[in-house]
Amino acid sequence: MKRVVITGQGTINALGHDVASTIAAMAAGKCAIDNMEFPNVDRLSIQIGGQVKGFEPKDHFERQQLGLYDRFTQFAVIAAREAITQSGLVFDGELSQMSGVVLGTAGGGLQTQDENYRTVYEDGKNRVHPFVVPRLMNNAAVSHVSMANNLKGPSFTVSTACASSNHAMGQAFNLVRSGVAPVMVTGGSESMLCFGGIKAWEGLRVMSADGCRPFCATRNGMVQGEGGAIFVFEEYEHARARGAEILAEVSGFAMSSDAGDIVMPSVGGARRAIAQALSDAKLNPEDVGYVNAHGTATAANDKTETAAIKDVFGDHASDLMVSSTKSMHGHLIGGTGAVEMLACIAALKDGMIAPTVGFQQADPDCDLDVVPNVARDKKIGAAISNAFAFGGLNAVIALRSV
Amino acid sequence: MTQAVQDKIVEIIAEQAVLDPSEVSVDMTIEELGLDSLGLVEAVFAIEENFEINVPFNANDPAASEFDITSVKSMIDAVNDLIKAQNG
Repeated sequence: MKRVVITGQGTINALGHDVASTIAAMAAGKCAIDNMEFPNVDRLSIQIGGQVKGFEPKDHFERQQLGLYDRFTQFAVIAAREAITQSGLVFDGELSQMSGVVLGTAGGGLQTQDENYRTVYEDGKNRVHPFVVPRLMNNAAVSHVSMANNLKGPSFTVSTACASSNHAMGQAFNLVRSGVAPVMVTGGSESMLCFGGIKAWEGLRVMSADGCRPFCATRNGMVQGEGGAIFVFEEYEHARARGAEILAEVSGFAMSSDAGDIVMPSVGGARRAIAQALSDAKLNPEDVGYVNAHGTATAANDKTETAAIKDVFGDHASDLMVSSTKSMHGHLIGGTGAVEMLACIAALKDGMIAPTVGFQQADPDCDLDVVPNVARDKKIGAAISNAFAFGGLNAVIALRSV
Repeated sequence: MTQAVQDKIVEIIAEQAVLDPSEVSVDMTIEELGLDSLGLVEAVFAIEENFEINVPFNANDPAASEFDITSVKSMIDAVNDLIKAQNG
């Protein structure tokens, strides 16, 4: 099996419009959750989110592109540009034929659906723009990233709710590891911050109206975010041969299904995914210095995740730094694992351990070192990133420094 | 009225073909304009929105549609007929 390394990363999210500003914001413990701005937000009981602000699509795209790009596609294309530019790769010839794109998203072109349902139902119009279908389809982002970068190999979208990006990156990892593709562009994006998107989540009564406080005794639910992050996964020898800067190594990946409940998480499913990811990466529990938690700040997730981590890591759990960066950028649903991967890479590369901000009071059910409120400077050798989706679908990625 | 219809259609087609309206003459064909299939569908949509008409156009086989898209002029004539028929 081949080794897989990361040679490029890109993002746009509420914390920053590129990787450098995002990592600086995480290091500063900045919270980007704020009042959301979109039509009819006043009719929502949940009005806060990690919204990407100060972003003008027309500064990034031409008119024809804007007609075809839903916001989730815009995020993916922008993040892919940054990642591929950093990697230094140019996709032509055989490299172009073999390399592909796998991205995660849960809602796909939800903004497009929301706008056009408004047009036909609320405004009573009987005609919608001809590009509604190519804008809203869940694979639109993958297709546009492939077209923009001449990526002609295996390409598809993965949609597993909150684990979409981790599942996507796991597929990309295995495609490179097995020798199918020398390079895969992977990650995910999401844009659900619109009236219909938030209204649906409100109904589930798992959202907080006042903030995202993972692992904190006063936590009262999740807060949504939007944006995306994209990475270049490259076969190790291919990267070395061209002298590429290696950001981190993807060393293992595992998936599991709770086969239990459509919304309630289970300790067993989470535990199996974490343990198998370590085993796949040939890591011992004590090798791991940092866990980027799923940490949604719901009552159920944080307690369950804590129990699963303690089961797998045993005595080492108390030495482990575990943070949820959702406290800063919000829960990007299908894009969240990708943005959280940025924190894992920063931890491995620069020793910057991103904090769990908004932390007020310890919860005995979540007795881990959650790096409360202030980032830490500590060298680590390996990290894992957890994602546990509604529907009980779990995906854990293991990374190590190179 | 007819001049206004013509000007608007030229403007819509020019936008889709990424041309200045002054570069579009009424005898130009779809091919000469460089309009691709998505551009054509978007132009039909803009025509429907602007003139509040329904245009009988099927992208599977544009040539077989009742709406004659051979040239800018054929589209202007077709739109004028549709306005008369549908908006009285």
